[in-house]
Amino acid sequence: MRALPTLARLAALALLAAFLMRPDWFEPVFRPLTENGAPAIYNQGSLLGLTLAHLGLVALATAGATALAVALAILVTRPFGAEFLPLSRALVNIGQTFPPVAVLALAVPAVGFGATPTLIALFLYGLLPIFENTLTGLTTLSPAVVEAAKGTGMTATQRLARVELPLAAPVILAGIRLSVVIGLATATIGSTVAAKTVGEVIIAGLLSNNLAFVLQGGLIVAVLAVLIYDGFTALGRVAGRWSGGTS
Amino acid sequence: MIELEHVSKRYGETEVVSDVTLTVPPRSIAAIVGTSGSGKTTLLRMINRLVEPSAGTIKLDGVDHRSVPPHELRRRIGYVIQGHGLFPHRTVAQNIATVPALLGWPRAKTKARVDELLTLFQLDPAEFAARYPHELSGGQQQRVGVARALAAGPNLLLMDEPFGALDPIIRAKAQADLLSLQARLGTTIILVTHDIEEAVLLGHRIAVMDAGRVLQYAPPSEILARPATPFVEALVGTGERPFKLLSLKPVAEAVEQGIVEGEPIAASATQRDALAALLWSGRPALPVQSAEGVIIGKVTVAGLSKRAARPE
Ligand SMILES: Nc1ncnc2c1ncn2[C@@H]1O[C@H](COP(=O)(O)OP(=O)(O)OP(=O)(O)O)[C@@H](O)[C@H]1O
Ligand SMILES: [Mg+2]
Repeated sequence: MRALPTLARLAALALLAAFLMRPDWFEPVFRPLTENGAPAIYNQGSLLGLTLAHLGLVALATAGATALAVALAILVTRPFGAEFLPLSRALVNIGQTFPPVAVLALAVPAVGFGATPTLIALFLYGLLPIFENTLTGLTTLSPAVVEAAKGTGMTATQRLARVELPLAAPVILAGIRLSVVIGLATATIGSTVAAKTVGEVIIAGLLSNNLAFVLQGGLIVAVLAVLIYDGFTALGRVAGRWSGGTS
Repeated sequence: MIELEHVSKRYGETEVVSDVTLTVPPRSIAAIVGTSGSGKTTLLRMINRLVEPSAGTIKLDGVDHRSVPPHELRRRIGYVIQGHGLFPHRTVAQNIATVPALLGWPRAKTKARVDELLTLFQLDPAEFAARYPHELSGGQQQRVGVARALAAGPNLLLMDEPFGALDPIIRAKAQADLLSLQARLGTTIILVTHDIEEAVLLGHRIAVMDAGRVLQYAPPSEILARPATPFVEALVGTGERPFKLLSLKPVAEAVEQGIVEGEPIAASATQRDALAALLWSGRPALPVQSAEGVIIGKVTVAGLSKRAARPE
């Protein structure tokens, strides 16, 4: 029975790959959603190319957000950085509460159209979950374990690298997972400022009143999000295998 | 040898350890006993600089312990904490290899040492080396904690209530194992406990602490016979005192000439056990048997009663 979810995921992946490589195969499925002989499959560019560009954008933004958020969380949990905790929290929270659409609107005059404003919006939007989770992971370590790390003669850097980060890794990964999934959905609006993302398909559908396009774009993003979420969940399990599955 | 000279620790206005001076001779066990909050853990943690003393000096083998960086000092001192503090994300073997890894030992030497220690603590390396701490029983975790502290062969072992979480039977076994281990390795041990019974059993010397002060620091027989203050006397428990005194010595030292009937008592048993056996059997005397199985004499209720009396 445990093989069933894995099989379902593999099937979803295969279906997505097939759709991106040979969208015309799926023409009959989307045909009923169109009117007046409008095209049933997006025809203003390569779906595969848009999807890869979309993934690349999210990956880059999340990598940047992870680097900054984890570094900040490490800093504010060190004795010398504790005073920066309120400031870091405030900054990261602003990044989260400021709507990505507003970030786009503000960024375009400064950096122009294209991928850059979208990257900025995704980056800011992705900071909070990673920062908060890393903070939780690093501050809820068992005091006996931290004490033992000190007592065995590890330096502060060794404690961080050998004990604190590995123990916090499952929680940090859960934060990155959340950030990626939010990013995948949010990236679609990047197409309003000419970033190459799957949002282009949805916008084209809205402009030409073509429900088939809207659905295609939405489905690609949704399936990607589910698969990547599962991938991170599996990664988190590997990082936390020592706990016997209790955390 | 560990020398504490006028060591104090203050947090703000309160002094939690006050002017402690004591010397632990090499290859001996010192037990620190006292009520909760009396400063035992603080005193212990000042030795490996997990807590910095506010005043006084601590010397290890004649050298001020502040002459080396703290992390290097701690790699030379074994430290066992209550609740063992094993690294949950590391296997038993990796946990034990913590200090050797920090010291950069070669892989083969580390592995040999880990296997040696696991065997010493009656944990089959083939079965236990690759397990994670959560896959061990409490008693096994405790032994791995001690093994980790001993991995790099420290001269000094600090133990903070190492047996607190064990049930009485496993605890007695762990105490006996520690005694034989200490006799074999010659490690100097400073052990914190709030159990006077444990202190009497394990300590060559006992330091009784109350409100940050060491009230008395002396061998167990001395603490039992001549408590320095009413607090020490209360801690020792006057009702139990004669029996504790007897528990310090083996039957071998109380053997008298003569042949008697009855179930023989081992010469290595404590005099307290012998008295219990005598009272239980209802006889005034029982034969004593050596480790080789030879009857070497008898032990009597009358003889033990004299030994249980307050020494002059
Ligand atoms: N970091 C600290 N800051 C302030 N006070 C402290 C600190 N650490 C310990 N204390 C205080 O010092 C006193 C002694 O604490 P310590 O842990 O040494 O006691 P203990 O004898 O080990 O007690 P227990 O048997 O309960 O473990 C306590 O009153 C405690 O509240
Ligand atoms: Mg304590």
